[in-house]
Amino acid sequence: MSFLSELIKLVYQVDGDDFTAAGSASSDVKRIMKQLGMDSEITRRVTICMYEGEMNMVIHAKGGEAFVEIDDEKVKILMKDKGPGIPDLNLAMQEGWTTADETARNLGFGAGMGLPNMKRYSDEFQIETKMGEGTTVTMQIWLNGGKKVA
Amino acid sequence: MKIREVQAILNATLVYGEEFIDKEMISACGSDLMSDVLAYVKEQGLLLTGLVNPQAIRTAEMMDMKCIVFVRGKMPDSSMIQLAEEHGIVLLCTEYHMYKACGLLYSNGLCGKE
Ligand SMILES: Nc1ncnc2c1ncn2[C@@H]1O[C@H](COP(=O)(O)OP(=O)(O)OP(=O)(O)O)[C@@H](O)[C@H]1O
Ligand SMILES: [Mg+2]
Repeated sequence: MSFLSELIKLVYQVDGDDFTAAGSASSDVKRIMKQLGMDSEITRRVTICMYEGEMNMVIHAKGGEAFVEIDDEKVKILMKDKGPGIPDLNLAMQEGWTTADETARNLGFGAGMGLPNMKRYSDEFQIETKMGEGTTVTMQIWLNGGKKVA
Repeated sequence: MKIREVQAILNATLVYGEEFIDKEMISACGSDLMSDVLAYVKEQGLLLTGLVNPQAIRTAEMMDMKCIVFVRGKMPDSSMIQLAEEHGIVLLCTEYHMYKACGLLYSNGLCGKE
């Protein structure tokens, strides 16, 4: 028996100009997962992944869209933006590497930890990027038998 | 360590969360960069930060942290307080700088799990 008989699909527009509202999509997903009674560790991993993605879209890409699917096996998060793209993915995936400026740092971002965190907390992580066209990040978190991140 | 003890040790002002101040904190994390905080998914009761904007509250929310201490006498605004209320996150403000605030809590026994 599974606790979800149907697939749940959620779609969010992430506004690139509203820094105060940034994170509200992740917050909504957290609320829904709690309501569904989903495991708190998994909920935390999902929402951290999504929040990092959301903040990246706000800070680096002037916003974008987030698609979340929940079924009885996994949570899948797809984050898509039409921002500038990432010139060197290998560099961007390194802990501590950032292009965040003083303004972003004053807002609490620019540790260069977002993408590494997203990779570490998800069971499957994919990123596609094209200069001048945008970036798409796909993350999946298994409900059973996934990573243990301590 | 209970939140009320944190408040006493840091000589802090309680901005929100009277009803939660008997909650027990087992560990803490101090940073002004939110992804740093998000890198440690282990149960973190308390966040100390000099960052006073809604993303500090969001970060605590994502991490299931129960209390935020704003250092250097910075005060959250009403939109932040509202966000904290929605998620039941206690807000404290202390005049102490980050280094001293962390040091005081650590030396009083809030060391976290090894
Ligand atoms: N959606 C995006 N569009 C364009 N560039 C991006 C995007 N996401 C990340 N980047 C680039 O990759 C770098 C590393 O991203 P990462 O999230 O790891 O760190 P950060 O956002 O700079 O800082 P932090 O996440 O720690 O606050 C960014 O500085 C930025 O140059
Ligand atoms: Mg980031």
